[in-house]
Amino acid sequence: MPLPFKRCIVVGASSGMGEAIARQLCREGATVALVARRADELARLKGEIAAAGGKALVFPHDVRDYQAVEALFQQITAHMEGLDLMVYAAGVMPLIEPDEYSLDKDLLTVEVNCMGAVAWLNQAAQRFGREGAGTIVGISSVAGDRGRRGFPVYGASKSFLDAYLESLRNRIARTGASVVTVKPGPVDTPMTKDVAKKPLLISAETAADTILKAAAASKRVVYVPWKWRPIMAIIRAIPSFIFRKLNF
Amino acid sequence: MEDVSAVTAPTEAQIDKSAGFHPLPAANLERVDSFGMNLHAMSYVWRPSTVAGIHQVFAKARATGRKVGLRGAGRSYGDASLNCEQICLDLTRMNRVLSWDPQSGIIEIEPGVTLRQLWQYCVGDGWWPPVVSGTMFVTMGGALGMNYHGKNNFQAGPIGNHVLDFDLVTPTGELLTCSREVNPDIFHAAIGGFGMLGCFTRIRIQMKHVESGHLSVYAFSTRNFAEIIREFEARMDRADYLVGWIDCFATGAMLGRGAVHEAKYLHIADDPNPQQSLRVENQELPDTILGLLPKSIVWRFLKPFTNNAGMRLVNWAKYWSSATIGNRKTVRQSHAGFAFLLDYVPNWKWVYKPHGFLQFQSFVPAETAEKCFTSQIEACHRAGIVPYLGVFKRHKKDSFLMTHGVNGYSFALDFAITARNRQRLHALTRELTDIALRAGGRFYFAKDSTLDPVSARAYLGEDTIREFARMKRRCDPDGMLHTELAKRLFAEDLLNT
Ligand SMILES: Cc1cc2nc3c(=O)[nH]c(=O)nc-3n(C[C@H](O)[C@H](O)[C@H](O)COP(=O)(O)OP(=O)(O)OC[C@H]3O[C@@H](n4cnc5c(N)ncnc54)[C@H](O)[C@@H]3O)c2cc1C
Ligand SMILES: NC(=O)c1ccc[n+]([C@@H]2O[C@H](COP(=O)([O-])OP(=O)(O)OC[C@H]3O[C@@H](n4cnc5c(N)ncnc54)[C@H](OP(=O)(O)O)[C@@H]3O)[C@@H](O)[C@H]2O)c1
Repeated sequence: MPLPFKRCIVVGASSGMGEAIARQLCREGATVALVARRADELARLKGEIAAAGGKALVFPHDVRDYQAVEALFQQITAHMEGLDLMVYAAGVMPLIEPDEYSLDKDLLTVEVNCMGAVAWLNQAAQRFGREGAGTIVGISSVAGDRGRRGFPVYGASKSFLDAYLESLRNRIARTGASVVTVKPGPVDTPMTKDVAKKPLLISAETAADTILKAAAASKRVVYVPWKWRPIMAIIRAIPSFIFRKLNF
Repeated sequence: MEDVSAVTAPTEAQIDKSAGFHPLPAANLERVDSFGMNLHAMSYVWRPSTVAGIHQVFAKARATGRKVGLRGAGRSYGDASLNCEQICLDLTRMNRVLSWDPQSGIIEIEPGVTLRQLWQYCVGDGWWPPVVSGTMFVTMGGALGMNYHGKNNFQAGPIGNHVLDFDLVTPTGELLTCSREVNPDIFHAAIGGFGMLGCFTRIRIQMKHVESGHLSVYAFSTRNFAEIIREFEARMDRADYLVGWIDCFATGAMLGRGAVHEAKYLHIADDPNPQQSLRVENQELPDTILGLLPKSIVWRFLKPFTNNAGMRLVNWAKYWSSATIGNRKTVRQSHAGFAFLLDYVPNWKWVYKPHGFLQFQSFVPAETAEKCFTSQIEACHRAGIVPYLGVFKRHKKDSFLMTHGVNGYSFALDFAITARNRQRLHALTRELTDIALRAGGRFYFAKDSTLDPVSARAYLGEDTIREFARMKRRCDPDGMLHTELAKRLFAEDLLNT
């Protein structure tokens, strides 16, 4: 089945899963607007996509520049003459020591993972809700399923995203639009290169493939790979008084 | 902390973002659909109610570097009034009757006045629109934009033949009054100019005097194209309206079988009480079918039949009844009842949900019509996609630049779009287009969604397109008026792209 997406935005397209998603969409014939801060990386990707016969557009942008999002979103949709798929894959996970409490890192995490997502996906949800069509993909994480010791604010930012995406879905799914919450386990990307424990690690390409299939099928919540769904169901079921003694 | 926020300077080439972009208010973003429900656009919609308001929309478009697509009631089947991600100037709120003279039958209206408003306004004084389309839910601005025709085209010509003059506001802010005497070239190009030259803001039409609110309608069946054409040719001098329906499922010797409705105006002597028959109340279509079923739910009953087997049955039953109980019968029908048969079943098009439908209509000279339409139906059968409805009309030539008029016949085919037939249907419409072109045929932008630039050139001719492009530069030098149809067919000629 070819993907039903012709005009797409990928925020966080300069590396990792966003990049893999953009490449695959272009291979399937879609036009993709690449959004992230590093213009040189985006330009490189655009060149590679073009060399393979695909079409990408470059829109450098820092998602923390919230006030610029409305105009940029409109510029992109005007450029592509519409929008079928909106992927929010931007995210940060600053490494922190077990005893570190850095407000700077935490604010950055909330700004990129939460507020940036809200700025972009509000735009998409409003449009898709009125259009009665379109697909939103938000990349959350298994880390949002439980408050673990490792990355408190990162995990919290993904919980935020889960609830926010569910709300969007409840707002607009009845019109015909869809909202897909993606919850990957460890994926081999620059984000995780310094992370020690990476159980069930998969490549960004494999993740992208699963994510786009789920998007095409208008899935609501998808674990990547699927094994994480039963695993996280068990982990969520562990009572707090036990959980806090465990070493996750 | 590592510097995760460092912003790399953008390389100059390869950046698509541009600094001078002006967003439009999100509040105006709307979904805009084609009548066939198979295409839609997201557009920033404005609905001004005055000429000043229209000027403001053009000014806004200029200030923000946007294109403007004009839209009436959106009753064009395809992309003629769609304009993706740009401004949609919707004229439906500009709907006042400016003046009416029941002595001369001359009416002056704003462009958003609907055909329904128009006939309801005048019929009580004994006047009927000189040309009406198959639905009354069109605006008269849209009617002029397409230069619509009716079942009396062979007699009355298109609506443009009855327009005395109009005002056209161009994107540059000019207000041009056009008639056959003043700006005659713009008059003949803007009517049928699919919203490319300017926005009609005032239209003066000569209405048609009628002595009775009723028509005398004679119905009979025909066995094939040769016969229906013979009947039309024999009747067109004395009939006021002629329309044919074709059962597209029939093959072999019965290919082209159908039914004809011929209508004539009644004279005052034939109507015992014209005062009454001319009242709007007595023109109105009833709210129920057979006095029982609310019309609004009828489409739900038709839905189960909207597939090949069901439609074969419906067409067969319709032919059978018109060839037996309904054959060679004369009845009296109100003007509205005869003209707006399709409006009788509200939302009938919903039977084509969710993928929608398209209409393919070609206009071919009388000499080649039989052969052309026969080949078209055969092509449909070969492709395994049979139109659920076929409508047949007689036309004549007219003097409008981008006209679809021919001295001959048109055949309109309604195709259901399904999840599986999209590609094949596309190939089929190409084939139907080629068959019509070989027969010297023309096409109609109001119905079109499948034509390509080469076919459009082939039937319009280089000279016509050059002349229209000249007019476009004169009225809209910046190519601001824009629709998806114009882009599909004339991007290079008209839109400065
Ligand atoms: C059920 C049905 C039956 C029909 N039967 C017939 C028929 O029998 N004969 C026939 O000829 N057609 C027929 N039509 C087609 C219809 O008459 C035309 O599509 C008509 O143009 C629709 O008017 P509208 O107000 O909906 O215009 P729209 O579809 O909104 O616009 C039509 C065109 O006019 C332009 N336009 C709109 N307003 C203005 C304005 N103020 N100034 C300048 N340009 C403007 C638009 O840009 C567009 O190109 C039928 C359509 C339907 C749905
Ligand atoms: N990798 C994993 O194991 C894993 C697991 C679960 C969930 N996730 C989530 O998946 C998403 C993608 O992660 P990834 O692994 O692909 O990481 P990645 O390779 O580091 O990519 C992150 C992307 O986000 C962009 N980004 C970061 N900050 C930004 C900002 N301020 N403005 C604009 N763009 C910004 C980056 O682009 P620039 O730097 O060019 O701006 C980059 O394109 C993230 O939300 C992550 O939390 C990852």
